This record gives sequence, C-alpha cells and structure tokens, in this order.
Amino acid sequence: MTNDEIFLKLSERFPQGILGKEETKPDCSLKVDPSAIHEVLKFLRDELNFETLHCVTGIDYPALPALCVLYHPGSYTHKTIIALKVYLPRTDDAKVSSVTDLYKAANWHERETYDMYGIQFTNHPDLRRILCPEDWVGFPLRKDYVTPDYYNGMPVPLSFGDDSAAEGGSTKEGAH
Amino acid sequence: MGPGDSVVMTTMDDVINWGRSNSLWPLTFGLACCAIEMMATGAADYDLERFGCGVFRATPRQADLMIVAGTVTLKMASRIRMLYEQMPDPKWVISMGSCSNKGGPYWHEGYHVLKGVDRVIPVDIYVPGCPPRPETLIEAIMMLQKKIQVQEAALGPLGFLRNHL
Repeated sequence: MTNDEIFLKLSERFPQGILGKEETKPDCSLKVDPSAIHEVLKFLRDELNFETLHCVTGIDYPALPALCVLYHPGSYTHKTIIALKVYLPRTDDAKVSSVTDLYKAANWHERETYDMYGIQFTNHPDLRRILCPEDWVGFPLRKDYVTPDYYNGMPVPLSFGDDSAAEGGSTKEGAH
Repeated sequence: MGPGDSVVMTTMDDVINWGRSNSLWPLTFGLACCAIEMMATGAADYDLERFGCGVFRATPRQADLMIVAGTVTLKMASRIRMLYEQMPDPKWVISMGSCSNKGGPYWHEGYHVLKGVDRVIPVDIYVPGCPPRPETLIEAIMMLQKKIQVQEAALGPLGFLRNHL
C-alpha cells in the first residue's frame, strides 16, 4: 500500500478524527484530532500492519499559535513511514492521550516531548523529565523560552564572569 | 628557591615531584566525543603508559588527575564538582576540548551547557580542539608534568618539615 492509499483508508475509517492532509515536504502528513490519535494509531497497528513507532516529537508554532505532536508510525510490511500531526492549544496544560500502551517506544519519546515542550500525555505510566534535571524550570524548545541567568548557582550565559566585557551583553539577545 | 627553603627541602621537592609527575592516575571519566580521543590516547597506538599516565582509575579516591573530556552540561556540572572534591590532594585537572574550555559549539545558544568547566572546578591545562587529537592530549599531559615538577611538593605529613629544616 502506498501512503496515499493508507491516508484514504484512514479518512474513510475516521471521518471525524482525520482533519485533513498537509502537503509537507518530503512526505505529506495527516492532521489528526487530539481525541482520535489513540484509536487511529491502534487501527494502524492492528489493521494496517504498522508494527513500529519510529518517533514522537513536538513542534512549537508561535504564529498559529499551536503546539504540535508529530507521530511517525512505520510499517515493515508496506515499507513505509507516515506522519501524523496533532495540533494542541499553545498553553501550559496542552494534553493528548499517551500511546505507550500501543507502542512501548513511545514511552521515552513522550517523556522527551514533555520535557522540551511541556505537552502532557494522559495515561502515561511515568511522565517525568528525561533529559533536563528534575528541578529545571521551563520547557527549553518552546520558541519563547528564555535562557535563565543562573542554574543552581552556576551562571548559564557565556557573558557572565570575567569575559563579559569582551562578549558584550547577555545571550538573551540571541532569542529569535 | 624561596627564603627559608633549605637544600634538603628543595631536593625533597624534586624527588616527590618526580614521583608525582610520572605516576599521574587519571579518573575514568568521559562526557562526550572527546572521551573517544582520550580512550584512543590510552590505547595501544598512542600508549599513554609511556608517560606514566595510563592507569585510569575507576574511583576518584584513587585518582589524582581529572581529564574533563567532553561537553559539561549543567546537569553534569554538580556531579563533576562532587567527583573533584572526592579526589585526594594533590590533584590536577585537564580541560580537554572546546566544550569544556568554553562551551564549544554551544557557547551562545546552549541553554543546558556550562560555558567552561572552570566555572565549577579549577583547571590546570586547557587543551584546544574539537576534539583534540591524541597527540594534543599527550602534549597537555607533558605540560602538566612540567608544571608539577616546578611546584613546592612537600604537602600533608611532610609539610611541617618545611618550617623546621
């Protein structure tokens, strides 16, 4: 089955859950309703031979504004990977259902997405930060994240300390 | 030779420094890709043992040289500080590679990287490079040995002799 056939099948099976198709490059992706992502992935795994989940990650769109969770389920049977995008409101309590019960691989990926973007995954068995220290404040890959001046008494920006004159200004100016 | 230093003491310095500089025991401790070069330096091709420096110890209690090889994240910095404090005196630190010298490629946008390991522990030798070749690390160790050979050695139980001889 090609990706287009898979997309067609999904749209027929979930007329409410599939919100549309995005012509992203190099492969297009499907927009999925947040409440439907669990059953869509369950359908893909059980009916369409998508054996693996290659990646779960997040995207921050401050212009929309939205937070996005991106799923890449893969199939060895069809020799293909498809992309599913779930758009969430850009708030601190953005929630989506965890798919750890379907794919074990999602466990750490969802923890990383939570760590970097602050997206909550409901029914996740162990939703903690995975890379940043547990006492870290904020979600670093959000576009409006501001690098702290100090972490545990250690200065974070380069321009602190003896080389402040040479560098000129804080690294905050680099936050685009 | 400073005032109050006797011939006995300076000779003792020479002997102790000779021993210390030629039996540096580094801590088995790698943080990133620089550690690969450090392992290569310790392995057969570059053979750090020639300089008396190849006995990588698995515990800080037995080590007297810390080679900070790799990116020091803020999460790791407090652990590095703890490892450094667990090492017995006298102890030395080599900062290996751009990351641990000054943050490396993460110097501007890296929210999670300590911009230089010298913000948490004192550093004796900085090794530039990304990563430095094994020859560079060997050069740094030889520089450190020269540094050890000219310092006043008699510390600890022998230190009191400096005032009496």
